[in-house]
Amino acid sequence: MAEIRNYTMNFGPQHPAAHGVLRLVLEMDGEVVQRADPHIGLLHRGTEKLAESKPFNQSIGYMDRLDYVSMMCNEHAYVRAIEQLLGIEAPERAQYIRTMFDEVTRILNHLMWIGTHGLDLGAMALFLYAFREREVLMDSYEAVSGARMHATYYRPGGVYRDLPDQMSLHRESPWTKGKDLDRFNAWRQGSLLDFLDAFSQDFPQRVDEYETLLTDNRIWKQRTVGIGEVTPERALQLGFTGPMLRGSGIAWDLRKKQPYAAYDKVDFDIPIGTNGDCYDRYLVRVEEMRQSNRIITQCVKWLKDNPGPVMVENHKIVPPTREEMKNDMESMIHHFKLFTEGYCTPPGEAYAAVEAPKGEFGAYIVSDGSNKPFRLHLRAPGFAHLAAMDEMVRGHMLADVVAVIGTQDIVFGEIDR
Amino acid sequence: MTENPLSLGERLQQSLGDRIQSLITERDEITLEIAADHWVDVSRSLRDDHGFEQLVDLCGVDYLGYGSDEWETGDATAEGFSRGVEGSHGPGRFDWESRPVGESTGEGDDQRRFAAVAHLLSVKQNLRLRIRCFAPDSDLPVVPSLVEIWSSVDWYEREAFDLFGIVFEGHPDLRRILTDYGFIGHPFRKDFPLIGNVEARYDPDKGRVVYQPVSIDPRVLVPKVVREDSRYLGEETVKGK
Repeated sequence: MAEIRNYTMNFGPQHPAAHGVLRLVLEMDGEVVQRADPHIGLLHRGTEKLAESKPFNQSIGYMDRLDYVSMMCNEHAYVRAIEQLLGIEAPERAQYIRTMFDEVTRILNHLMWIGTHGLDLGAMALFLYAFREREVLMDSYEAVSGARMHATYYRPGGVYRDLPDQMSLHRESPWTKGKDLDRFNAWRQGSLLDFLDAFSQDFPQRVDEYETLLTDNRIWKQRTVGIGEVTPERALQLGFTGPMLRGSGIAWDLRKKQPYAAYDKVDFDIPIGTNGDCYDRYLVRVEEMRQSNRIITQCVKWLKDNPGPVMVENHKIVPPTREEMKNDMESMIHHFKLFTEGYCTPPGEAYAAVEAPKGEFGAYIVSDGSNKPFRLHLRAPGFAHLAAMDEMVRGHMLADVVAVIGTQDIVFGEIDR
Repeated sequence: MTENPLSLGERLQQSLGDRIQSLITERDEITLEIAADHWVDVSRSLRDDHGFEQLVDLCGVDYLGYGSDEWETGDATAEGFSRGVEGSHGPGRFDWESRPVGESTGEGDDQRRFAAVAHLLSVKQNLRLRIRCFAPDSDLPVVPSLVEIWSSVDWYEREAFDLFGIVFEGHPDLRRILTDYGFIGHPFRKDFPLIGNVEARYDPDKGRVVYQPVSIDPRVLVPKVVREDSRYLGEETVKGK
């Protein structure tokens, strides 16, 4: 008989199921994982340190690049922390716009998650379905900010500009013409709100499509039911937040419990799981997409009825319009000061958290009264989740590691920061 | 928040008493400052008696140079904006050779440099709390580990060790986590240059990646200034016409 011993193997950093640059050192006993040691930091860019050398507003763009599939939610946490330091609040219309785009972002994130999670576990078609809908939502990002992903749209005191009245249309080309062109442009005849309204009416059927592919799929259930179970007690101990915590049956959602933006004015439900396994977390996230869609519908309706300012009008923080700047000396001075130096916050510290698609994304700012954060710390949900990897995969088969990586919805931009 | 945070503050003050150094309520957030000697037992009491079952976040903070600016703005000055930009002090403006060595370690409580800051959450009561522990010694910052109380603190303490060099006593596996294998120094310390120390490149002669001293100059475009402008925030901005 040959001698049997444990085998150490490397999973990643260049592995398609490692969701980026995860290097996982696995100690195997045959097919069974004895110990998992994630090595992270391969995408560490020192965002927090970079932010210390820049005025507050210049770091908003970095936030998009943290969790690069839930861009605006990251901005929201950072911007809210600054607003808390300054003691200002965005106008109501801006709050609704933020709520709407947080939910657009949540759907974007969950679509990415469902596509890649499916792909990892062998469901190929879903990826294409999910990316079809992502395209629509990224167009709404582009309409509002000019960028499809890294929007830099939220600002302390509101959002950069109001929603556009006209969506841009696809032009005829050798590749898009005739019926295709009409189909592409069908939703784009009106404003951005009309566009999102058309999307939100269509989207529930799309989610049904995803569910027909997965929810009762025998293979899908074999790969996810009973995998990576976490009890509610352990989930709290391990610092889980978001769908990871709700999958274990704890009804905790910052949007309900510590409402920010306009979440206390919209109607939605919080889905929770019962077993705390990968399948329950899948169900929770799918239901969250439907709930997000509900919130978008309500926000669209409110925003159509209620025009108004989207930024506070205090030019100590918010730059004046170009027109004002050209005609008015005082505005010119404000503009110059804001773009050469930025604004100073009162000294002190603030922690602001939002319910990002992956969990609680928090920004902790220590300010010494200057125009730059003295220390910025970003609390990434994925960091705590990945730390529990060892506990979740111990005793599972190697193939289940992939399921657990998928269910944790890992994105390295936020974990490595 | 379901409960007035002040009542939590009073409860904490009563039950923890002299085991906490100070209790600060600011912007509806409560911060407890706890000495390193009591860091673990106060934390345990917060978890067991006050219901903070979750540690959401822990990070290190380096208070070196807190409140210092790079451009004199309090009074009329002959220094123009460009000198603020070209100045040689402040975060991000120095390289590894000219890093501020020595001025860091002061004596007494005023000069405490490194702190571990944790954010706690009580899911049951819907409350948040911030706790802070300064390391008594700035040369070798040591703070007791909380890993026996909240499992989630494991990686956060590794991160604070990696980035700030805070040693968490009692941590079972205090390895570097974010920086490269074989990295030297603690990059988030205020005396670590923003441009770093070494850069990696591929050496075709040796056929592998080599490290060499950084080739870029430290540069910051906007000087750090401290102004009390935020006092104007409450007022309506006056517009000259």
